Amino acid sequence: MELATAVVDPHLGWNLLDDVRQLFDFPFMVNAFRAGTLVAVTAGLIGWFMILRKQTFAGHTLALIGFPGAAGAVLIGVSAQLGFFAFCAAGALVIGLVPARPGGFSEQPAVIGTVQAFALASGFLFVSLYGGNLNGVNALLFGGLLGVTDGDVALVAAIAVVAVGTMCLIGRPLLFATIDPDVANTRGVPVRGLSLVYLVLIGLTAAACTQITGALLVLALLVLPAATAQTLTLRPAAGLLLSVGGAVVVTWLALAASYYLPYPVGFWLTSIAFAVYLVSRAGVRVRAR
Amino acid sequence: MCESVLADVFAVGDMLSQPFMRNAFVAGTAIALASGLVGYFLVLRSQVFSADALSHVTFTGALAALAFGVDVRVGLFASVIAVAVLLSVLAREGRADDVVVGSVFVWILGLGVLFLSLFTASRAASNSAGGVAALFGSIFGLDDSAVLTALVVGAIVSAAMLTMARPLLFASLDEGVALAQGVRVRAISVAFLLAVGLTAAEAAQAVGALLLLGLLATPGAAALRLTSRPFRAFLLSAALAVGCTWLGLIASYHVPKLPPSFSIVAALTAAYVGAVVVDHLRRSWRFGRPAL
Repeated sequence: MELATAVVDPHLGWNLLDDVRQLFDFPFMVNAFRAGTLVAVTAGLIGWFMILRKQTFAGHTLALIGFPGAAGAVLIGVSAQLGFFAFCAAGALVIGLVPARPGGFSEQPAVIGTVQAFALASGFLFVSLYGGNLNGVNALLFGGLLGVTDGDVALVAAIAVVAVGTMCLIGRPLLFATIDPDVANTRGVPVRGLSLVYLVLIGLTAAACTQITGALLVLALLVLPAATAQTLTLRPAAGLLLSVGGAVVVTWLALAASYYLPYPVGFWLTSIAFAVYLVSRAGVRVRAR
Repeated sequence: MCESVLADVFAVGDMLSQPFMRNAFVAGTAIALASGLVGYFLVLRSQVFSADALSHVTFTGALAALAFGVDVRVGLFASVIAVAVLLSVLAREGRADDVVVGSVFVWILGLGVLFLSLFTASRAASNSAGGVAALFGSIFGLDDSAVLTALVVGAIVSAAMLTMARPLLFASLDEGVALAQGVRVRAISVAFLLAVGLTAAEAAQAVGALLLLGLLATPGAAALRLTSRPFRAFLLSAALAVGCTWLGLIASYHVPKLPPSFSIVAALTAAYVGAVVVDHLRRSWRFGRPAL
């Protein structure tokens, strides 16, 4: 971010067109907007189902699993992006395949917590074994705008196509399996298989989100727009549109804000999305009176 | 004979002659005891995500303290208490749903990033070591006053947990009946969340904001696998947390390449995997079913 403010020296004026044109003066911003838009569309779609399925904790953990993936990849000398996607997908399989404890209460949250702590600890081990500069850690965890290359945009685009395409195929049965798993099961919907596929999709989306938000702030795109949409409407089609649209607008605003103002994009993204969420909840409450 | 061999193997005398190791052991034991006692109920009440939120919030607290130049402990404790209260207020029936937890804590982490950038900008060199220490802890770097805080907080949390264990267990297992019997369910939930927050703030200094979830959630999950008797599991959870912390400290002392917070979390994870295996073997032995 220091680099952006030092070299680019953007100035915000009253001419909106000019302000928008300035945003795209630099290739790194163009790439950030491309990747951000793709990520936001995917996250809005996947996130809407994540809220419905109460898998926020799993989503957060899958995002964090990307961190040891990236750190390990740097340690053995392959691309960090590869590490992100490989670990996120593998983590989804681990969480999805843990056998349910026979009888009794749900152990799932504890398993997720254990996986998360161990993954982060391994990431820290990789970083300290690597012994390189520690600034890289903050970039992995909190994201940034400068690092998005053309290759990253292509990768994110591929993930977006896979995720959105798969959701188009499994969306209806997944909705059925989410709302009433027992009935869906008796009607022949493969509930367990769907939930595993969906977890892997969360993992891939989370890995894509980390390009913009960093591993720690993925929930800003995965949860907040979808949660806002679900407080506003319960209809699936309208909710999905709102969630995707909201995620895209919030991402654009955050990118623009972090370009013109001296604070990091992660801060703007979470704050704008959280403000929209609060306003929507307050609005719904006021209307209900 | 046996003891002296053990002492030789682990070089305990040599290890404990180092002040930083003594500090790490004393503080680590206090923190692990409190985490284990709290952790059993976290798992039982399915509040691991709330604990995760509180533990990440300590990052923002620590960075805010660094950015504004006050004592780190002030930031840690103020932030967790504020968020524990906020989560209790936003929650229906004393347990926040995961959307509320996720929304609140991702915003607070966003604030943490802001404080991180303020902190690094206020230094001449872009120094992010403070942020990394807040995230991953530095148990070998605790000074005497930090050890004292750890002891006091550990004692308070442990005493509180032992006092409220019975009513909390009742409220966790059957909220409705507990309410009808005159247990103050709501007050106990808030008190429990505060205990989680205090533990998180204290543990954050030792193992860091990102890794303390292992200390909180894993021993409880392992204990619940090993025994179904509540109070036995409650104490077993604390014993596992303390034991794994000691193992981790010893391992990192002998292998300096391993960061202590990694060794502790790795020991805890191994304990959980071991507990799952034991549980399956025991079931298959008892019921004659094939293992796994």
